[in-house]
Amino acid sequence: MNEMSPTALTGAPLGADSFLHRYEGLRQRLPGARLPWVAALRERAAESFRAKGFPTRRDEAWKYTDLAPLLALGFAEPLSSVDDDAALPPSQGGAARAVFVDGRFRADLSALDDLPYRVGSVAEALPRLDGALGRLAQPSEQPLAALNAMLFEDGLVVRVPPGVAGGVLELVSMASGGERPTALHPRHLIRIEDGASLTLIETTTGPEGARYLQAPVFEIEVAEGGRLNHARLQTESRAAFNLSTVYAAVAGGGTYDSFVLNAGGRLVRNEIHTALQGPKAACHLNGAQLLADGQHADTTTVIDHAAPDCPSRQTYKTVLAGRSRGVFQGKIHVHQIAQRTDGYQMNQALLLSPEAEVDSKPQLEIYADDVKCSHGATVGALDADQLFYLRARGIPAEAARRMLVRAFLQEAVEAVEDPAIQAALDRTLQAWWQAEDREAA
Amino acid sequence: MLDIRNLTAEIDGKQILRGIDLEIRPGEVHAIMGPNGSGKSTLSYVLAGREGYEVTGGSAEFDGKDLLAMEPEERAALGLFLAFQYPVELPGVGNANFLRTALNAQRRVRGELELDAMQFLKLARARMKDLSMPEDMLKRGVNVGFSGGEKKRNEVLQMALLQPKLAILDETDSGLDIDALRIVADGVNALRGPGFSALVITHYQRLLNYIVPDRVHVLVKGRIVRSGGPELAEELEASGYAGDLAA
Amino acid sequence: MPAVTETIDTVQSVTESQYKWGFSTDIEMDMAPKGLNEDIVRFISAKKNEPQWLLDWRLRAFAAWQAMEEPRWAMVSFPPIDYQDAYYYAAPKQKVAPKSLDEVDPELLRTYEKLGIPLKEQAVLAGVEGAGESPAIAVDAVFDSVSVATTFKDRLEKEGIIFCPISEAVQNHPELVQRYLGTVVPQSDNYFAALNSAVFTDGSFVYIPKGVRCPMELSTYFRINAKSTGQFERTLIIADERSQVSYLEGCTAPMRDENQLHAAVVELVALEDATIKYSTVQNWYPGDAEGRGGIYNFVTKRAACRGARSKVSWTQVETGSAITWKYPSCILQGEDSVGEFYSVAITNNRQQADTGTKMIHLGARTKSTIVSKGISAGRGQNTYRGLVRIGPKASGARNFTQCDSLLIGDQCGAHTVPYIENRNMTAKVEHEATTSRIAEDQLFYCRQRGLTQEEAVGLIVNGFCREVLKELPMEFAVEAQKLLQISLEGSVG
Repeated sequence: MNEMSPTALTGAPLGADSFLHRYEGLRQRLPGARLPWVAALRERAAESFRAKGFPTRRDEAWKYTDLAPLLALGFAEPLSSVDDDAALPPSQGGAARAVFVDGRFRADLSALDDLPYRVGSVAEALPRLDGALGRLAQPSEQPLAALNAMLFEDGLVVRVPPGVAGGVLELVSMASGGERPTALHPRHLIRIEDGASLTLIETTTGPEGARYLQAPVFEIEVAEGGRLNHARLQTESRAAFNLSTVYAAVAGGGTYDSFVLNAGGRLVRNEIHTALQGPKAACHLNGAQLLADGQHADTTTVIDHAAPDCPSRQTYKTVLAGRSRGVFQGKIHVHQIAQRTDGYQMNQALLLSPEAEVDSKPQLEIYADDVKCSHGATVGALDADQLFYLRARGIPAEAARRMLVRAFLQEAVEAVEDPAIQAALDRTLQAWWQAEDREAA
Repeated sequence: MLDIRNLTAEIDGKQILRGIDLEIRPGEVHAIMGPNGSGKSTLSYVLAGREGYEVTGGSAEFDGKDLLAMEPEERAALGLFLAFQYPVELPGVGNANFLRTALNAQRRVRGELELDAMQFLKLARARMKDLSMPEDMLKRGVNVGFSGGEKKRNEVLQMALLQPKLAILDETDSGLDIDALRIVADGVNALRGPGFSALVITHYQRLLNYIVPDRVHVLVKGRIVRSGGPELAEELEASGYAGDLAA
Repeated sequence: MPAVTETIDTVQSVTESQYKWGFSTDIEMDMAPKGLNEDIVRFISAKKNEPQWLLDWRLRAFAAWQAMEEPRWAMVSFPPIDYQDAYYYAAPKQKVAPKSLDEVDPELLRTYEKLGIPLKEQAVLAGVEGAGESPAIAVDAVFDSVSVATTFKDRLEKEGIIFCPISEAVQNHPELVQRYLGTVVPQSDNYFAALNSAVFTDGSFVYIPKGVRCPMELSTYFRINAKSTGQFERTLIIADERSQVSYLEGCTAPMRDENQLHAAVVELVALEDATIKYSTVQNWYPGDAEGRGGIYNFVTKRAACRGARSKVSWTQVETGSAITWKYPSCILQGEDSVGEFYSVAITNNRQQADTGTKMIHLGARTKSTIVSKGISAGRGQNTYRGLVRIGPKASGARNFTQCDSLLIGDQCGAHTVPYIENRNMTAKVEHEATTSRIAEDQLFYCRQRGLTQEEAVGLIVNGFCREVLKELPMEFAVEAQKLLQISLEGSVG
């Protein structure tokens, strides 16, 4: 630590320094400290993070999201205070459940018996993960990948063997909160082998009002003909930060199907990098953001079409109320080899408040000629004609508004094929509306 | 039922209605005919309470209540129904969900019991059968991807379900072929009775062969210039509005 | 402009090369020493006999430029430019300024004739009388650093319209120039605008008085001729209240192995109820098939719709230049003001284009329309980059953007980078983009009807660009259509 680093009144370092300081203090105790490849990975990551720090708005990829509110906090070690499953979010209907509290796997709160695939804790499995962990997330390319590589403490590791239908697995990642802000850096590894499938429903949450950061990194590999349906239900505390980075590599004929619902958090970024690496690999990235006063949510996607005949579909919807800000950045990159690419992207925002702001940057980068790519973006308020039509049929103004907001979100929700995920989304949306109702009352 | 006195209204400072007087008693069906731009649609929007139409004078009472002071949904709950000339598309809003929400919202205001999904479906299916509408229209988004005729039939279906006291049909006949026209007319005629009135706005006499009005009014340049029995419609069909326009 | 198309045909038939405007004119030139420093700025200002305020203005721009870095965010790549290895002033030698066309060097007149630019008023007028419909066009011809001729000045003066080289406007209408210069594109707006502000040599100046509808198209024809020179013209158009003007701009350059820099600034000011239509057919030398030579076209064009209900419409057909970096933009300040951007950009061989627009909505009920058609062929890289920003006060603002890309061949690239920033809930913004290629069945259909492959491509490309081409004044549209076809020659095998 040099003398110039910013410090709070308590003397604890802030911003990037706070994380580097933690790494220096914890490096001997972090999982894998005695495994040379892990130590080397963390050291490389620290070097990169030390050089670059957190991204700023000068970085094109972070043009619309300012991490300043996060950098103003100093983070402490979490003191896990969850002792039983009463505090956990409700089940999403899956029999299997992996629970992480404050970044650590909790076997006592999880239900992972008799599953047709292997699942467990990254911290425990580390000795067997050389070559797998860090394959997709390169610390040098992304500061948040570097941050996570430097500090990851645990995470979910799943491998669904060839041809096995894995059913529904729930992943709960929960912060317990506390006086001082805490920071969690889970690293999740998911591998779906040839022809296998899994539905992963992830809930990230924490007690309302708690200040914490969840900064997970996912490394997802879908082998030939495999399929991962991945729902992410983000219901963090309104004072919390969530900076997620997902790397998904899909082989020929495989599918990565993702739905991200952003309903909580103060400052949220979901960054998804999908690489379609074999012929007819597919990805569907859909999502909805429901933002109320004081919230900032950013969805950033990059789809790399690196093989021919791959379809990609994206539909993102954002509803903004109060003084909130929604960001969507989506890039479709079609490599020269990726002939007959079929890429579609739709991004729509609905502004319910004069103080809301929305920024959108849909981007196409195309180097192959036999392609069909399109994107659309719309921003606007509720349609006055539609509102009048509903009211003329006797539906009160507020209910009519709500009906139209739901209808607006419907297209993105309908794009989800998995019934378990559909049901989970419905429940989360319902809970969000109820919370809004209470607030309005 | 509906009592309009010297009603004047404007859009963006431009006067469209220049003093309308009209009384419709329970059980009566009135028709308003007139050339394009005479203010027919404006009258229907003003009565239904659409924003952007400023009432500058006069009154409109519905069942003895001041219609103009009410929100659009309050007017609907009282039993005023507007069949839109251009029904709005509501992508993402299922037709069944929409109809049940509207019906229950009105029933709630009137202190009636709300219908559950099963009761509603039973009712809706019966009405749809009357109107020769395929059942899958319930599952589709409101008016989304409907043909012109389907949209109009959907308006009539809503009317049949909501059972209004007064229906305003704003050029419901436009764009309909003869079969669809007959279905629409049958839907209106089925509701006719002492508790149901209607105001049929149309450019052509054709619809009035199927929905025979008690009174016919001619609207020109924002005023009713002539009124008469059903024979007036036939006369207009033969001679046009030229004489009224010159007046 | 029948004269133009005819000349294109003629030029086309006399040269085998694909770039028909690649000849150079052998004429004695007055050059400044190579390189760029404060003395060169002073030299240019002295050459133009400028007042002190303008010299100071230039020097401030030069100081700002020195502190700036060349932008690298566009999706274009080029080797570092040595700004010291170029001439910043090159003018055909003339003893005294020509008072009429008769005094202009005949070699120059021949050059413009060859390019198809009507500098002889009578000739055009005769043509008008003969055809009975085609209107006259007033032309300001800029050759390297200076304006060599401006036609129809007298007739325009009768209406109170000022149309002259900007260097002349500085002398004759200093109050107008001082009032508006740099108010739309400030000196330090960006690297190339700062450079231009320091060393601009000529360009056109237009002032349309209140209530006047300009009776003819105004046009400037830019020609880079000399070796190792940059062209830094500056155009300023002011449309006063309730006035209307349509302005056309064309550009060509000789074929040379070196890259030449063109860093222009165009400022438009539209006051209350004024309308400016600005059309460009940019056909700078694009370099050869291997990417040798060609113009670096780094241009800043911006319009301020200052008054209520003012309107600015940009139409551009970009077929030339090795690299195009250009974003004609509108600042929609006046209530109900309207901005439009219609663009066709073609990149063939090794050409690179990063072009688009910015629509900045500040006033209530402002509207903008963006239609961009990008065509990539050969090893060309074509990027649409656009910003639509709705400010908090722009209630009821509306934008519609359509940007389509067409790919011809599998070695090229087509990219779309739109930015949408909305801070007003009553505004409505819609953006659509598509990328496709010419379908085999379309080509086959045309060929079955007897068209050659190239004719078929030309036909389909013209159809693809239809929405933009129809915005061009008729005389330009014909020329533009031909250009599209020529630019794509050799792109299909």
